[in-house]
Amino acid sequence: MAEQTIQEGTEGALSRRRQKEQNLYAGRVKVHPMGIQGFYRKLKWAALIVLLGIYYLAPWLRWDRGPNAPDQALLIDMPARRAYFFGLEIWPQEVYYLAGLLIMGAIGLFLITSLLGRVWCGYACPQTVWTDLYMLVERWIEGDRNARLKLDRQPMSGSKLAKRSAKHAVWLVIALATGGAWIMYFVDAPTVLVNFFTGQASFSVYFFVGLFTATTYLLAGWAREQVCVYMCPWPRFQAAMFDEDTMTITYERWRGEPRGKPKKGKTHVSPATLPPTRPDDGGTQGLAAIDWAQADALYGRDKIDGKGDCIACDKCVAVCPTGIDIRDGVQLECIGCGLCIDACNSVMEKLGRPKNLITYDTLANQERRARGDKPRINLIRPRTVLYSGLLAVVGGIMLFTLMTRSSHDINVLHDRNPLFVPLSDGAIRNGYTVKILNKERATRSYTLELRNLPQGALSVVGAKDPKAQQVTLTADPDSVATYKVYVERPGAAVTQTTRDFQFLLTDDDGNTVVQETLFRGPET
Amino acid sequence: MPTKPEKDHLTGQETTGHEWDGIQELNTPLPKWWLYVFYVCIAFSVVYMVLYPSIPWLSGHTDGLLDWDRRVELQQDLELAQAEQATWVDQIAQADLQAIANDRELLNFSMAGGQSAFATNCAPCHGRGGAGLPGGYPSLADDAWLWGGTLEQIHRTIAYGVRNEHQQSRASMMPAYGQILDRAQIRNVAHYVKSLSATVDAPEWVAAGQQVYAAQCVACHGAEANGNPALGAPNLSDQIWLYGGEITDLVSQITNPQHGNMPAWQTRLDDETIKMLAVYVHTLGGGQ
Repeated sequence: MAEQTIQEGTEGALSRRRQKEQNLYAGRVKVHPMGIQGFYRKLKWAALIVLLGIYYLAPWLRWDRGPNAPDQALLIDMPARRAYFFGLEIWPQEVYYLAGLLIMGAIGLFLITSLLGRVWCGYACPQTVWTDLYMLVERWIEGDRNARLKLDRQPMSGSKLAKRSAKHAVWLVIALATGGAWIMYFVDAPTVLVNFFTGQASFSVYFFVGLFTATTYLLAGWAREQVCVYMCPWPRFQAAMFDEDTMTITYERWRGEPRGKPKKGKTHVSPATLPPTRPDDGGTQGLAAIDWAQADALYGRDKIDGKGDCIACDKCVAVCPTGIDIRDGVQLECIGCGLCIDACNSVMEKLGRPKNLITYDTLANQERRARGDKPRINLIRPRTVLYSGLLAVVGGIMLFTLMTRSSHDINVLHDRNPLFVPLSDGAIRNGYTVKILNKERATRSYTLELRNLPQGALSVVGAKDPKAQQVTLTADPDSVATYKVYVERPGAAVTQTTRDFQFLLTDDDGNTVVQETLFRGPET
Repeated sequence: MPTKPEKDHLTGQETTGHEWDGIQELNTPLPKWWLYVFYVCIAFSVVYMVLYPSIPWLSGHTDGLLDWDRRVELQQDLELAQAEQATWVDQIAQADLQAIANDRELLNFSMAGGQSAFATNCAPCHGRGGAGLPGGYPSLADDAWLWGGTLEQIHRTIAYGVRNEHQQSRASMMPAYGQILDRAQIRNVAHYVKSLSATVDAPEWVAAGQQVYAAQCVACHGAEANGNPALGAPNLSDQIWLYGGEITDLVSQITNPQHGNMPAWQTRLDDETIKMLAVYVHTLGGGQ
C-alpha cells in the first residue's frame, strides 16, 4: 500500500518534469550540516586536533646537524637539492625513498579501506579535516543548521553582513595559516615567518602562500563535498577494495523498516527485540518479519505498532556533511565519517530503543543480524592478506635500503665521444667522468681502484701523478666531487670490443661501493 | 534513437531519452559551477587572443595588443647573458693562455665557452669529442700532434689554420716522392718506416729503406723519425697514422701525399673565443 503511494507520487512528479525542458546541469544544493555530539564526533575532533597539530607544528621541530646545515627536523630544501627527515638526509639520487613511501601509502590505504571502510575519507583526508574546521567556525559565527538556513533566506542586512564578513575573515586567516605552514616545510620556518611579514621573503614564497591560501579557502569554504563527489578519484574506485566483510557505515534496514512515527497508545516493538525468526520467504527483502504470535503473547496485538525502529526524523540527513541519506545504502557520496550514527543514537536514546540503528558494521554481519545469526568479524581475507603482504615486502625493502645506506656513493659516466682513444704507443685509453657523493659533513678522502680489468692503469686529469692501480680522491663536505679519470691499457691487452669491469670506491673506514662500467676498444 | 526521457526503474534516476539496443543513458547532471569554469576558459582564450599574437594570416599573424614577441624576448635574454659574461670575457681577453688554464674560474668558463664553440665550428671535421675522422681529420684527444700540443701551438693552429690563404697559415708540404724516387726505393722506405713501430718481415728492404730515409726524409721527420711540429712533419715512429698504417697506405702517401687543410679561424671568430677553444682543445686528452 505504502509502496504504491510512493510510486504514484514519483510518477506524478515525473510527468510534471517531462513537461519542462530536461535539465542537464545541476544547481548546487547547499548543505547545512547540523552540529551533533557523540562518539564518532569525538573521534573526528581527536583526528582533527592531532592532524592539524602535526601540520602546523612539525616545521618548528629542531634537529641539530652541526654547523653549515639547517637545524629544521623536517625540511625539503629545493635550491640545495636536499630533503631532511630528522637524522636522515635524502639526496635527489635517492628519491626512490619517496616513491617507496608513496607506494606504502597507497597500499596502506587499500588495506585500511578493505578492513575499516572509508576511514581515510571520513577522518584523515585534508579536505575533510579543513572542511570540518571551517564548518566549526561557521557554526560558531552563524549558528547551527536552522539558524543558518534562516540566515540564508533573510535579505541582506547589517547583522547578516557582519556575520558573513566575520565568517569569511576567519576562514581567510585559517587559509593563510595553512598556506603559510605549507611553505615552512620548504624553507627555514622561523626565518620565513619573520621575512614574510617584513616583506623580505622571496617571490616564490609569496606566490605559494597565496596559492595555498586560495585553494584552502575555496576548497574548504566553498567547494566542500563537491570535491569528494565531483573532483576526487578515490571515491570512484575505492569500491574495488570493498567486500561484504568490510566495515562500513550502514543502516539496519531489517529493523528500521517500515519507517514512521509510532501511533499514540500503541507499543513500539522493534523487530530486534523480538525473538529471532526465520520466515520462509527469506526475510522479505532483508526485513525480519515480526513474529506476531510472539508479540501477541507479550503485548497483545491491538497494542502493537507495526513500525520499525526508524521514526523518519531525518536527523541522520541533517548532520551529514555531504547531505545524503545513509538509509539509501552504501553510496559514493558517503565519506564514512559516522556522524549519522551519533545523530541516530541520540534519538534512539531518547526513545529508549536499541542504539546503532545506523551502525558501523559489515554488510555480511547485517545479513547475519537480520537472520538472527551471531555476527562475526572476518579480518583475514585474500585481499587483506595480499595488501598486508605487499606492505610488508615494500616496507622490508625500504628498511633494508635505509639500514644499508652508505655515507658515500659513486656515479661513473663512460665517455661516449670519443668511445676510446688510440695512443701513440699503441695503448687504448678510455675516459670516465667519476662523481663522488660525499654525504658526510666533513671533507673525506677515498681510494678509487679498478677491478676485473687486467693491465688497466688509472690517471686523474689535472693531477701530476703517474698512472697507477689506485688513486686517492677527496670530496668536500656534503657535496659531489667530479673527476675526469683516464683508464689506459696496452694495445695487446685489449682483445674485446667491450669489456665490463668495476670501479671500487673505498672510504677511510673501509666501506666500499661498486660501480659497473665498461672499457671500449676497437672493433675486433 | 532519442525517445522521451523517462524514469529508470532500478536507480530511480531520469534518463536522457537516448537508447541504443535497449541500453538507456541515465541523465547524471553536471554541476553548474563546472559549466561556469568552462565559460571562464572561453573568456580567457578570447582575452588571450586579443592580447597576444594568435590568428595566422596568409602572411604573418595578428600582433596582439601587448606587442609581445618571442624573438625580441630571446634577443633581450641573449644581451643579458652577454652582459653577465662580460667580466669573464674581459679577463680572458687580457690573460695569456697559461694564466687562463691555471685560474680555476677562467678555466671553467673557457671549458664551457670552448665546448660550445667547438661543437659549432670544429665538430664537423674533428668530431664532437675531438676523436677525429678517418681520411685526414686528426684526433685531438690523443697524445700525437702534427703542429704541436702546447697551448701556444694549439692556439696558433686554430687562429691561422693550416695550408690556407692566410699569411701566417701553417704552410709546409711534403714533396710528391713519386717524381723523385723510383718504385723500389719507395717500397723500401715504406717498409723501413713501418718497421719503426711494428715487426716487418723483409729485412733487406728495411735496410735499403733506411738508406733512402737518411737521404730524403731525415731533414723533416728527424733522425729518430719523431717528426717536427714546426713543419707539421708527423712522428713516424708511433702507431698513429693519419692516412692509414698499412704498407700500401704508406707507399701511396710517399708517392703522392695528401695534405689536410684548416681555415684560419681568426677571420671568423673573435679572439676570446679562439683562446677559449685553445684551452678547451688542450684539455681533450693530449695537451702538452
